[in-house]
Amino acid sequence: MKIFRILQISIRALSRNKMRSFLTILGIIIGVAAVIAMVSVGEGAKKGVEERFAAMGTNLLFVQPGSRRFRGVQTGAGGYVTLKPEDAMAIEQYCDAVAAVSPSISTRAQVVYANKNWNTQIQGTGEKFPQVRKWNVAEGTYFDETHVAAAAKVCVLGSLVKQNLFEDEDPIGKTIRINKIPFKVIGVLESKGEQGGFFNRDDIIAAPYTTVMRRLRGVDYISSIDVEAISADMTDEAQRQIEELMRERHRIAPGADDDFEVRNMTDVAESAAQSSQIMTILLGSIAGISLIVGGIGIMNIMLVSVTERIREIGIRLAVGAREKDILLQFLIEAIVLSVGGGLIGIIIGIGVSRLMKYVPTFEGITTVVTPGSILLAFLFSASVGIFFGYYPARKASRLDPIEALRYE
Amino acid sequence: MSEKIIVLENIVRIYQIGEVEVQALRGISYSIERSEFLAIMGPSGSGKTTLMSILGLLDRPTSGRYFLEGEDVSSLSKDQMAAIRNKKIGFVFQNFNLLPRTTALENVELPLLYSNINGKESKERALAALAKVGLKGWEYHRTNQLSGGQMQRVAIARALVNEPSIILADEPTGNLDSKNGAEIMDIFTRLNREQNITLVMVTHDPVIASYARRRLYLKDGQIVREEINGKTDGQASVQGGQL
Repeated sequence: MKIFRILQISIRALSRNKMRSFLTILGIIIGVAAVIAMVSVGEGAKKGVEERFAAMGTNLLFVQPGSRRFRGVQTGAGGYVTLKPEDAMAIEQYCDAVAAVSPSISTRAQVVYANKNWNTQIQGTGEKFPQVRKWNVAEGTYFDETHVAAAAKVCVLGSLVKQNLFEDEDPIGKTIRINKIPFKVIGVLESKGEQGGFFNRDDIIAAPYTTVMRRLRGVDYISSIDVEAISADMTDEAQRQIEELMRERHRIAPGADDDFEVRNMTDVAESAAQSSQIMTILLGSIAGISLIVGGIGIMNIMLVSVTERIREIGIRLAVGAREKDILLQFLIEAIVLSVGGGLIGIIIGIGVSRLMKYVPTFEGITTVVTPGSILLAFLFSASVGIFFGYYPARKASRLDPIEALRYE
Repeated sequence: MSEKIIVLENIVRIYQIGEVEVQALRGISYSIERSEFLAIMGPSGSGKTTLMSILGLLDRPTSGRYFLEGEDVSSLSKDQMAAIRNKKIGFVFQNFNLLPRTTALENVELPLLYSNINGKESKERALAALAKVGLKGWEYHRTNQLSGGQMQRVAIARALVNEPSIILADEPTGNLDSKNGAEIMDIFTRLNREQNITLVMVTHDPVIASYARRRLYLKDGQIVREEINGKTDGQASVQGGQL
């Protein structure tokens, strides 16, 4: 009942001093807008990661070398270089829950065509890569098993590489040089588009893994094996079968640590999402600090305002306002300021996150404003108002009416 | 029949200023009847403002008892005092004490805000109170657009709006020229005669005090003399002085 009238008084009191009220809420506006914009960047990255993994399919498994301990020295994950192409073939041959495999090894190299050159990732894959990764060619063909067996110097371009080296020219049948070795272009991968995050999936060249191993890297191992299970339900079974087979092939005694690791998409997606979640929290909390600074601004102005309005408080007390009424009035003024600033900040924050991709520096960035971040920013700004408004309000309500009336 | 609206029994007020005790009131016993028009006079430091604060329940006596309409109000909580100020007491101050940058109407509505009266009734009562002090047509003017006399009339309307038992005026004409001062005193006289409103006024101006029916003289925190319509009654001074 009375809260509404006190709200009315508070708004009237604030509107009597528009300029000061605006300057007070500026801190909150900036804080809330920053929280929303920053969190939207983090959420955008997270969403990009999630989409990318969802596009790869849920029946995908990765076999990677594990960490090992050799004479007391523990290497990091991937420390093993014992993953061999034969392991991949054995998995495909003996695990019946596995539909297809594609060995994987990659390197970075300078690629030259005519007068253009580009630095990109050279991804060595098996011939079943399009099936395993659900990534088909848009033009031309993917290489086949004879290319792989012969370590043929053929390659399939990612759409960004094609764009950079060939522009509108047809690349099929042309020869490009990767680390000065001529490769024939036989296909172009379909574009996966920009999916947020910090790298572009179309910035890639696929070549037979045998070619990458021998001609570009000069090694006899592969860095991982992509495995497609026969169905999403069978991924656990496929994982079990692969582990069993690999322990046998690598002669790992019962009880000893694996020298490899089998990860399914869910694990990978989770850990990737987790790292982008950490970024969201980091960005959000940096912006959150500015919100706290904004709250201190409110407290500052409210304290000044209480001192300036001692006479007003005295008048209100004289005509019968109780301590509680004065406390509520000033508290509500602080809350109106912070919530008002919060609302304006939300609008500006959404606007900033929408416009961010038009700023050259942030080109290609994806932002996602979630209802959660809006709610968080709003509740945070309201509690900033309550927290920083309480002390000045209590100070106002404790004034002695006689002294307040005499105050000059 | 006369009814005692205010009864003071041996009111003492001591201020503690550091180590020093200051006796502002040294035992005031007095009673005020309903519909009275009383002026409290005395030199500065005589305790008249302190007495006014106690009468207005802005302050509590150190000792002694204060009955307002038969109720002992000398030791109430702050909130209880606020509620009584709201319902039974109207204040008029020397410096008007209106809210700045606020309309006359909003100022008059202020006491009603703290007494659970809904918006419509509150506005009607405030408009009626403004009409009583001759400010019809000035309701929506901001206080800084009004003259001193008009501001004091807004303050009187504010004091009236909750139909209090008593109006306390502290040097109500102190900041006004004599013409405006006389107008304010006319309003007080009219409210007292026509509406039987009890008025207690603090002043050191004998001309202003002459509007009152009764005059109480304070000195050093004690009542020294009382005048009723020109004649002196020494009884009060003896009483006040000895207690």
